[in-house]
Amino acid sequence: MENDKTHEQRNVVLTRQYRIILFLLVATFFIYNTAVYTIGTRNNLPPMSKKAMQGELLWQKNNCTSCHQLYGLGGYLGPDLTNVISADGKGPNYVKALMVSGIRAMPVFNFSKEEQDQIVAFLSCIDSTGYFPNHNAKLHFSGWVELEYKTIYTESNE
Amino acid sequence: MNKSFSIRFVSFGLLALLIGMLAGILITIQYLNPGFLKAFLPFNHLRAVHVSSVVSWIILSAVGSIYFYIEHDQNNKIFSKKLLQIHWYIYLFTGLAILWSLFSGYMGGREYLTFAPILIIPILAGWLLMSVNYFKTLLNQVKGWPVYYWMWGTGIVFMTYHLCESNFWIFSHFRHHFIRDLTVQWKSYGSFVGSWNQLVYGIAIYLMARLKGDEHIAKSKTVFFFYFLGLFNLMFGWAHHVYIVPNRPWIRMIAYAASMTEWLVLGSLILGWIRTFTKAEKQNNMLPFRFLVVTDIWIFLNVLLAIIISIPAINYYTHGTHITVAHSMGTTIGINTSILLSSIMFIVSRLDANCLRKRQKIISIGMLLFNLSLFVFLACLILAGLKKSDMMYHQEAVYFADMFKAITLYIWGFLIAGITLYISILLMTIPLFRILLRNCRS
Repeated sequence: MENDKTHEQRNVVLTRQYRIILFLLVATFFIYNTAVYTIGTRNNLPPMSKKAMQGELLWQKNNCTSCHQLYGLGGYLGPDLTNVISADGKGPNYVKALMVSGIRAMPVFNFSKEEQDQIVAFLSCIDSTGYFPNHNAKLHFSGWVELEYKTIYTESNE
Repeated sequence: MNKSFSIRFVSFGLLALLIGMLAGILITIQYLNPGFLKAFLPFNHLRAVHVSSVVSWIILSAVGSIYFYIEHDQNNKIFSKKLLQIHWYIYLFTGLAILWSLFSGYMGGREYLTFAPILIIPILAGWLLMSVNYFKTLLNQVKGWPVYYWMWGTGIVFMTYHLCESNFWIFSHFRHHFIRDLTVQWKSYGSFVGSWNQLVYGIAIYLMARLKGDEHIAKSKTVFFFYFLGLFNLMFGWAHHVYIVPNRPWIRMIAYAASMTEWLVLGSLILGWIRTFTKAEKQNNMLPFRFLVVTDIWIFLNVLLAIIISIPAINYYTHGTHITVAHSMGTTIGINTSILLSSIMFIVSRLDANCLRKRQKIISIGMLLFNLSLFVFLACLILAGLKKSDMMYHQEAVYFADMFKAITLYIWGFLIAGITLYISILLMTIPLFRILLRNCRS
């Protein structure tokens, strides 16, 4: 009987401790999330234009991410398109031509001229944000990687 | 006792697994032969079916298992059977709506959540109903809660939050800034996976405690320490997905420090459990036990890969290659699927132990084939990833078509291993499915 009581008291104390740990973790998480949503992802680029946002919607509606990657995130059937606009030998006209040709696995998208421009505006906006692959990144012995940034701020003036 | 609704979740989950794997095989064929089924089922539709089905398998079978354990294995009086039924019907119709959305091409186009965005509303409603039922049923016992109750509760709450977070892109604060949108999108996915891991790993610990007949292993201070460490990882260890995205470095530094210890945590738990497991208990629960042993092996292999790719300097070379796919498939198939199949075998053994014993031989063959196939499957992905990475970073002006050609042999190996993996899953799941269906009807 006494054992049961001791056991019960121990449970109460432990549960209180666990609740405090949980509360502290959740509170830290709340602060951390706020920082990620604001200062952690802030840069000096202008907001996306209306045209680029229309292009992003087209990108999503046609599930382009199932085949293509942006910053190495997405599907593996087609090439990464992070810097397709600024890449040597590619650019807006190359992108527009491929969108309506339907070569290999690429479906034929019947985009109007306006829609083609919107997709190009979206890809141009992405191109302005950075590099993938980031060939000029500096790899440190500690395992850390210092990325090359396209935007004005850099890691060193962080 | 009316067990049919929790069993329906599990059965529906098994069906989703079979559909998802079949879609996976078809998209691999399309990967090798782009013209295959292109006119009827283009790659951008079929890959979405594959991803959504496999995610549904994990969610539905975890949810069904938890409902079953709470109500029928532990004999708690569930707060509301009506809410459970409504939850089931919402997910049934949402599942059908998702399939319609993906096949008809009415898509949201966000990775993982490719279906029409409106369908997130019934999915969230289902989680809310489950949280009401879960906490109302168990909250009065919170003083002595074993760790799996904490894990399931955490999984339900964080799953709801991160599903909301994954849809923050509808707000202009996120949508107007691509880097913010991309970072938060992958933050939500990383933590979303962490949330379902809370559900699935909670199931693994529940099974350990039940099979061993020792509730202490789910109440010790050590197991709670690991639970909080897992939760810490869920909250802060997601950013290895976006190491290469130009957000602020402190986001990446925190993730690097937090790393991915969650699987190591579970591995140590299962290993400790196996050491103390008596021979008699092993024989009584042979199939669920074997699957947990297998999970242990896959956890160690995947922990190794996860730790390696969470080092930024290595992640730099592996990101965007098939090594990332090996990591995600290794964890979803090797760890999550093994634990969930073990859970379903445990449930089936409670429903009809004799029938399961009769099918033990065929399930054991399936299990052997499953592990051999999975090994080849993952090895092919890692080799393809290494080749792609080498070409991306060590060759000048390499064309995508050349990279594609260079890894074709490995993708063939991946396809063959995928087909045998599917056969092995069929060998294991069809007997389970038949017993579950019988119980759904009764």
